[in-house]
This record gives sequence, structure tokens and C-alpha cells, in this order.
Amino acid sequence: MQKSLHIDPEKCTGCLQCEMACSYENYATFAPAKSRIKVFDFHYTGRKVPYTCTQCDEAWCLHACPVEAITVDAIGAKVVNEATCVGCKVCTIACPFGTVNYVQETGKVQKCDLCGGEPACAEACPTGAITYVDANWTGIGKMQAWADKLGNQPAAA
Amino acid sequence: MSWAGKILRVNLKAGTVKAEPLNMDWARQYIGSRGLASKYLVEEIDPKVDPLSADNKIIWATGPLTGTMASTGGRYTVVTKGPLTGAIACSNSGGYWGAELKMAGWDMIIFEGKSPKPVYLFIQDDVAELRDASGLWGKSVWDTEALLKKQLQDPQVRVSSIGGAGENQVLFASVVNDLHRAAGRSGVGAVMGSKNLKAIAVRGTLGVGNLVDPKAFLKVTAEKKKILAENALTGQGLPAYGTQVLMNIINEVGALPTRNHRDVQFEGAKDISAEAMGTPRKTDGKKPLVTNQACFGCTIACGRIQTIDKNHFTIVNKPQYQGASGGLEYEAAWALGAANGVNDLDALQYANLLCNEHGMDPISFGATVGAVMELYEMGVLTKEQLGIDANFGSAQALAHFAEITAKGEGFGKEIGQGSKRLTAKYGHPDLSMSSKGQEFPAYDSRGIQGIGLGYATSNRGGCHLRGYTVASEVAGIPVKTDPLTAEGKPELVKAFQDATAAYDSSGLCIFTTFAWGLPDLADQLAPACGSEFTLENVATIGERIWNMERDFNNRAGFTSKDDVLPKRLVTEAAKTGPAKGLVSKVPEMLPKYYEIRGWDGDGQLKAETRKRLGL
Repeated sequence: MQKSLHIDPEKCTGCLQCEMACSYENYATFAPAKSRIKVFDFHYTGRKVPYTCTQCDEAWCLHACPVEAITVDAIGAKVVNEATCVGCKVCTIACPFGTVNYVQETGKVQKCDLCGGEPACAEACPTGAITYVDANWTGIGKMQAWADKLGNQPAAA
Repeated sequence: MSWAGKILRVNLKAGTVKAEPLNMDWARQYIGSRGLASKYLVEEIDPKVDPLSADNKIIWATGPLTGTMASTGGRYTVVTKGPLTGAIACSNSGGYWGAELKMAGWDMIIFEGKSPKPVYLFIQDDVAELRDASGLWGKSVWDTEALLKKQLQDPQVRVSSIGGAGENQVLFASVVNDLHRAAGRSGVGAVMGSKNLKAIAVRGTLGVGNLVDPKAFLKVTAEKKKILAENALTGQGLPAYGTQVLMNIINEVGALPTRNHRDVQFEGAKDISAEAMGTPRKTDGKKPLVTNQACFGCTIACGRIQTIDKNHFTIVNKPQYQGASGGLEYEAAWALGAANGVNDLDALQYANLLCNEHGMDPISFGATVGAVMELYEMGVLTKEQLGIDANFGSAQALAHFAEITAKGEGFGKEIGQGSKRLTAKYGHPDLSMSSKGQEFPAYDSRGIQGIGLGYATSNRGGCHLRGYTVASEVAGIPVKTDPLTAEGKPELVKAFQDATAAYDSSGLCIFTTFAWGLPDLADQLAPACGSEFTLENVATIGERIWNMERDFNNRAGFTSKDDVLPKRLVTEAAKTGPAKGLVSKVPEMLPKYYEIRGWDGDGQLKAETRKRLGL
């Protein structure tokens, strides 16, 4: 079964535990600046939105890469092979969502690789705003909430 | 070891910025943040220095757990000698700025001297330099943050700055970061302003990673987060209601100071409570509370994001206040509301926004307005002087005073001096509800006896955050004590004060202590900083910090005569509620408190106390 990161911005408090977990997983340091998931804080509306790669099926980044450094791994993640990556950044232009980014310290690009199937961000999220769920059922939480709402309507007379 | 190991020393007169190694001996004795910055301050300045002179210093400091995955590990402290009190001033703040400084590789920044012209400090990892801030001077906190992000072309930069209140040296000016988190009390913002220092803009990309035992740290911090999640207050009450959960509770306890402490219960409490914030307004049908928000690393998320009705008289045609922004915490809601008898929630939030925008402490501001309203009702102050009718309960007067105080206009200049100086000027010094010149927060010393002793002995003047015995006396944490009695309170106050000093020095938030005790702090410090941080050691460090601060104040000229409450609280009995007929018993509690502290009758540290604590 393929699984997906599922993001529910309504539940995000902006604590950045996900960003620290991501950077720690990949760089053994707590550094949101190195995180592959970012939380955006829209102050004027109070909304906070965690944002990362959605692992497109027809991934722009993968197709754009001239040296085929981006490949699909066993869990469906689009993974950057650092040994092959030449740091040309074409993938960062190709990605419509901005979730592949260049890392100047390494001269390579980085993106979410789902931590090999145990995403650290989802593990660290204290509110359930980021979960790792069955890719076919990312909508099940919303379905359940609406089903509950509808089921609670009094029957029409 | 979780400390960055480096500090920045900025000489504002010479315009120099130098890196220094952190004094690791002191770090082990005082942990970080509050304790460690205070150690640097007391070693480096004359306790008798004029707080607003160039000879005072001001320090921004993180703790060893700031910028780690420990829950709430995002705090920083601003330490200086405070202009409101003349005592050591030490205010901490959440948001994201503290973690950003740590991730840039710095434990603290010490500012010395006074800049000849407005400057801001820019830090990007190893690069740190003073830059011209003449274009920022006169701008609000909000505009300063926006302008810096634009000028630096970096939306991820974090800013800690002052607004007009700090520039104009309002004595309760705060330092604000991330738009609405503040090192709020004791006028630390006025000291920043006195030095022509407008802001510190930081971008930190290096991270925090040199923990002693990272694996053990991640395991133990995950366990501690679980404790917070499962606790009724930190897991449910605070995220849902914020600290405002207290408004109705403290009112029922009969300890909600009302109309400058004339009363201990407020008939309008329900209108300005958490429950009111969660109820659709009658005017526009929208709930004032939009959502909750966490500070960096916090798994509690007590912060409020709130709106005002667009047609409310305070914000008509003022688009900058019409979106969601940092909302009312309990202390602010009390100070702007009950302390003045105002029950208009939207007016309170407007005044709160002005405090954030211009960098003012809403507690001291609101409490000073309470004193002004009392003087107005007594006929001592007039409409001509104030520019408005200022009866208790007037939302218009509250909004007016917030506007003129932040801008330093008209009578606002006098409000900006705080209630002690203002009431003394008009011949009624007893009407300042303060200790050591700092206004009390939202608990009445007659209805909650322990907190009264805490106010009287707090090292930064009237304050609930130096030893929150309300947790025990009202909420039963860690054990329930009777709020109406003096018995056992000196011991309780001391225990809370010492434990809080240790927590404040770690980089964690004191709100965790509704669920965590001192052992939980030691458990997290040890894998981050070293095994010497045992429970016993951390407890001693807390007591050491308290006594170091006290000793500084004593050398600044404070004595037992300053460990007092205003006449009203010790002579005028509470009129209603469970504390009806009671006055504060601070005079009765004080000798016992000195005894268990190891101080003499004048409140000075005895030689054996110094020796025991290594001072």
C-alpha cells in the first residue's frame, strides 16, 4: 500500500516541531532553515499551513532532471540521488510547487523523501496536522467529519 | 552541550561587534537565559547605575534548550537594570526569535554604551554588524518588522524590536518579536530605546546540534511532550481557552482586582473571559477568537489569534487592526478590562493591539490607567488634563489613553511614567497598585495570600511570573493550599520562586509547569547539557539565581522596606467573595520568608547563605 503525507492546516499551531524533526533526520541538527517541510504563517487570517512535496505521480522534477538524479523509490517517493545530482537546479524551476530546493552547502538539491517510509515530521507533529496515511484515503478524515455533520441534521418533517 | 558556546558583545558607542566564548563555568552554575544573563549583568554593571544611562547594559539571552525539540524550547530573556523599578529587570518572550538567534550560533548578545544615532543589529549566522536605523526610528514594531524583511530581502528573518514606547522611554515599554510576542515587563524596551537601538534582525541557518546525548534527549523530550498532551490544563484547557481560562475562575475565587483594586470581583468578568472570546459577537456574529497559536517548539499552543468587529468604534477606517492578530491573554484582558472596570472585549483587544504595535506592557499600562481613573473619579485629575472623561468603565477613555501613551502625546507622557510616579505627582502615592514600582498583575493579594508575598518579594517588582503560587492556591498544582491563609505560604513562595528561576534559565516556558515539575526539567537538561544537571543541582541553581538577583537589588539600595504592598491591600478588606473581610497578610509572612531564605531582618543575604549557594 502506498502512503502519503496528509496535511490538515486547520490543526497546525505553527510550533515547527516538524521542521526540527526534518532537519534532525537529515542533518542531525535542529534547524528549520534546513527543513524540507515549511510552515507558513498567514498572520492576517491566523492560518498556518505546513507545506512540502506531494510526490507527484508524473513528477516535473524527475522529468526535468538532465542526469536522471531523481528516481522513484520502493515507497513511491521521488528521491534525489546526491551522487548523481550536479546541482543544475532545473528541477527547482520545473517544480510548480517550489518544494525542491538547492542547498548551497552541498551543491545539490533536496526534497522530501518521506524518510524511507517513516516521515519524521508526521511523527513529531503534536496535533495531527501532518499524518502519513493510505494514499487512496487522504480524504477520509474530512469525509468522516462531514458524515458526522450530516448525520446530526434532524430528519426533514 | 546544547549551548552555542559563543556570545556577541556589541559596543554601541564605538560601533563594534565582537565574538567571545561563553563563560562555561558560569553556564554550569546558572544554566542560561535568565540566570546566566543576570550573572553577566551583575558582574559587569554598577548596581547603582541609572537604568537609562549609557552605563547600563542590556542582554538578550537564550537557554541551552532554546532551539531544540524540547517542548516550548524557543524562549529568550532580556536582562538589564529596569527603569520602572530600579531593580534587576528580566523579561522573557516566546515566538520564534529566540530559536533563530540560537540557530545563528549565539547564546546571547550583550549591548554596552549608547549609539550616537539609531542603529539595528543584523545577524546572519557568523556575520553580525550594526546598521543604520534612521529610516526605522519612529516606526511601529509591526512596520519595523515588515521594513526589515523587505530591505533585507529575506521573509525568514526574525525581528526583536521596540516601537514608539521604547523610543519615547515609556517606563513600561516592552521588546516585541514576531509581531505579538513580548519581553513585556519592567521597561526593558525603554532601556533599548535609551541606547538608540531599534531592532535586532536575525537569520540563523546553522541549527542546534551539539547535544551531549541526542538519542536520550529525543526519547526523554518525547516522553515529556506526552505528559503535556495528557494533562487537563496543558493538553486541553490552555490550547482551547488560553490563559484566559482563568478570568471566570479568579473572579469566583474573589481575587480579580477590579477598579484599581477597590473591589475583588468584577461584574463584567464574563464579558471579557475566554468563554466570551469563543462566543459569536452580537454585533457581527463572528467569534473574536480565530484560532490558537504556538510559539517555537511549543506543543501546548496557548496563544490567541483574535479579531475585532470591523465596525467597532476603535477600528473604523483603520485597516491595520481589521485582520486577525495576537489576542488577549489573561493578564492583558484583566489589566485593560477589570482593572479599569471596562467590559468591552473589542476595546480591550484594540488596546492590546496598540501595546503590541508600539511595544508597551499591557499590565503596567492598564493598571496605570486604573489609577488614573480613580484619580479622575476623586476629582484630582480633570477632563481638561486627560482629554476625555475617564470614569471607571469607559472603553473610550481606555482606547484614548492607549493611543496617546504609545505616541507619548499629552497626558500619555504621564501615564508612560507608570502608576508609582504618576500617583505620587498628584499627591496620592498609596493609589499605585505596585511593588518596587511595578504594577501588580491579575490576582488580588487579599484573596490569594501567597501571591501577595510573591509580589512583595519579587526581584523585578510586582509580578506573577516569578513564583506562580496561584497554581497551588487555586488550581491545586502540585498540591492544593488554602488561598486565604498565610500558613505555609513563605515556604510555598520560596519553592515556586526557585523552581521558576531554574525553568526560566533553560529556554523552556514556565507554562509547562502546570504539568511538569523540577525533575522533568532536570531530565531534559541532563542529556542536552551534561549529567551534572541533576534534580538537586538544578534546585540549587534556582535558589542561587534568586539570591543573586536579590543581592543585586540590595546593592542597588533596596531593603526590607521595599518588600511591601500598598496600604490598600493591607488595610482595606476585600468587600465580597470568599476573601470578604480579609486583608493581605504579607507583614505577617515576611519574617518567616526571610528566615527560610537565609536573609537577615533587613532582607540582606547572610554570609552562610552566600557560602551555601556559592555567591
